[in-house]
Parts: sequence; structure tokens; C-alpha cells
Amino acid sequence: MMIDWSNFTPWAALAGGVVLGLAAALFILVNGRILGISGIVGGLLTPRKGDVVWRLCFVAGVLMAPVSYRLIATVAAVHIEAGLPTIVVAGLLVGFGTRYGSGCTSGHGVCGLSRLSPRSLVATLAFMGAGFVTVLLVRHVIG
Amino acid sequence: MYHNRISEFVAGLLFGTGLIVSGMTDPAKVLGFLDLAGAWNPSLAFVMGGAILIGFFAFLIARTRTLTLLGGALHLPKATALDKRLVIGGLVFGAGWGLAGFCPGPALVAMAMGQPKALVFVLAMLAGMQLYEMLERRRSTR
Repeated sequence: MMIDWSNFTPWAALAGGVVLGLAAALFILVNGRILGISGIVGGLLTPRKGDVVWRLCFVAGVLMAPVSYRLIATVAAVHIEAGLPTIVVAGLLVGFGTRYGSGCTSGHGVCGLSRLSPRSLVATLAFMGAGFVTVLLVRHVIG
Repeated sequence: MYHNRISEFVAGLLFGTGLIVSGMTDPAKVLGFLDLAGAWNPSLAFVMGGAILIGFFAFLIARTRTLTLLGGALHLPKATALDKRLVIGGLVFGAGWGLAGFCPGPALVAMAMGQPKALVFVLAMLAGMQLYEMLERRRSTR
């Protein structure tokens, strides 16, 4: 195995992870909910009375993050290699898959693994595994 | 009531900020982690590690409570079934994740940064979620 040392940022990754953990902690202990992006966003597509405002408040916070972050520091550049057709297919798969499997990297990966949920472990292994295989196919077999 | 609203917003803000600090809003970094056969970037594992380190203790506390710190309902997932949907959903999601390097959270943040491709991704993701809702409705009326 070859490590990409030039782009490996363990301290920033760990610090960012701790902030993600604090967000999840705040959300479960104060708001009583699992911080799962796909579930929170997906729930907005079938709005039910009394179940909309909390989702919008949370999403507004997420969308404000780059705006407030720019006031104190520079936001790192984003490199999106995939072309538009790939982006569309990927978005459809991510949208459908996260709802069908009841969660994504935040709900299953962070919250689920934190509470030692067997369901979330299975889901995380499935999406990590599929992610590894997809990149292998795209970059090394087809590409 | 408005305490909840503020806390929800702050949780979202913290979450988005954590994603920016961690570098996970950059699909190149995520794909670097998923590319075991190429130049591997282990950063994402450190993000998960840091998040779970805090999350573990938070849910340890949550498990002992029936109400939130503000006295509201505490919703912990009740499902325990290791069913096909969980695995198939995870595999489909992972395939999309590996294609673009975006999962839902980072895509929203990158969209808010003004990245046009991230906007396209989010719109397609919403369409995928809508497709799920339509299939579910058909399933339940059958």
C-alpha cells in the first residue's frame, strides 16, 4: 500500500471529526434527534405538520457554515473531478441508496457506530465496501 | 421552543464547520481514502475516529435518559433488523459515493460554497430521494 503523504492531513481530520462529534452530541442531547443528513433532508420531501421547521433550521446551519467559516479562515479548495453525467448518476444513487438503507455517513457512520448499532455497522461496511470497489473499478480497471 | 430552534441551527453550523475543517468537503480527499489501490489518503478514517470518540460518550449519556437536556422527547432509533434493504441501500449509496466523492453532508456544504457541480449533485440527490418516496408510496398502497 502506498500512502499519499502530501494530502494526508491527520490533525485537521481529527479536529474536524471532533467538531462533527460535538454537533452530533448537541443534536441528540439537546434536540433529541440523530444527526443524519439524508434522513433530515429526505424528510423534507414528505412534509408533515410539526416536522418541518427543525429540519429547515438544521439545514440552514449547514448551509451557513462556509459563509461563517470564511469570516475567520480560508476555505480549502474543492476539486470535483467527475463530469456532469457522472455527477447526476452519483447524486441519484446517493439519494436513493441513503433513503433505502436508512442513513448515510453521518447517521450510520458517525452516530450509528458511536452507539454501537449493529444495523449501522452493517450499513457502513456496505457503503464503504461499495465505495472502495467503485473507485477501484473507475480508476484502475476501466480507467 | 426557540431554544430548540437555535440549537438545531447551531448543530447544523457545527456539523458544516466540522466538515470544512476536516477537509471532507473536497471530493478529491474522499476519493483518496476510497482509492486503496492508488495513492491512499487515510484522512477520512481520522475524521470518523474523532467524531466517534465524542459521539460514543454522547450516546452513552443519551442511553441513560428518556428526555433531552431541555426536557423534550429523545428519539433513539428502535429498528434492529439486519435486513436486505439496509445492505442494498448501503451498496447503492456507496457506489454513488465512489463515483463522485460526495455524500449528502459535504455536498450541501460544497453547494453553499458556490460549487455548480455540487448544486447539480444535490438536485440529483433530491431526485433520488423523491424516487424512493414514490416507490415507498406504491409499496404501501399495494
